[in-house]
Amino acid sequence: MRVTVRLFARLRDLAGSGELVRDVPDPATVQSVWRTLVAEMPALQDYERTMSVAVNADYSKMTAPVSDGDEVAFLPPVSGG
Amino acid sequence: MAAVAVTADPLDLQALTAEIAGSSTGDGAVATFVGLVREQNQGRRVSFLDYEAYEPLAVRALNRILDEARDTWPTTRIGVHHRIGRLELGEASIVIVAASAHRGDAFAACRYTIERVKQIVPIWKHEHFAGGDVWLEGATADPDDEAARQAALRIACA
Repeated sequence: MRVTVRLFARLRDLAGSGELVRDVPDPATVQSVWRTLVAEMPALQDYERTMSVAVNADYSKMTAPVSDGDEVAFLPPVSGG
Repeated sequence: MAAVAVTADPLDLQALTAEIAGSSTGDGAVATFVGLVREQNQGRRVSFLDYEAYEPLAVRALNRILDEARDTWPTTRIGVHHRIGRLELGEASIVIVAASAHRGDAFAACRYTIERVKQIVPIWKHEHFAGGDVWLEGATADPDDEAARQAALRIACA
């Protein structure tokens, strides 16, 4: 299945892009999408402990299922205000 | 004007205040908060900030904060606008307006909103300073983290 990956702030800088399209094996979870990314870009790994995740612009969990066409976002700790 | 916005345009506290508080005669208090780009941060001399947002989720998270505040202060109305993009020193990054019958609720709801923004809204500061740049990273955003929410509530009601 095909998913759109969104990366922000320093994660985006590390990946060199804020939006990637990746094919991942079905069934997929947020975790399996993340593993696909880290295999490709090991520098992202450090964020696993501190990041948040979202599916289709709603906060989610690493264990959440992901469907074909979903947008999966990985969010470093936030610093708004 | 919407009560919640994430925008690249300069913020307008007066317009948001008029929107939130302008038509009500039941209010006895309006509390406002304006966050500004500061020149000094952690010993660095800041040149400017570049704010980035995951916009649809940021709007959702801001609306969630307003829902939480309404549960705690049912008669208080709140507006919050956050700016993104490049901001120069002294510019406003966020404006919050809380209108209520009494000052205690208005102050508390205003403070609660900014504390929760810093906890759960997916917006990031990219700080550019003399000699470099750094992404600032604060809280791991988890809207269901009840301990964090209670901490914001304690600060708001201190």
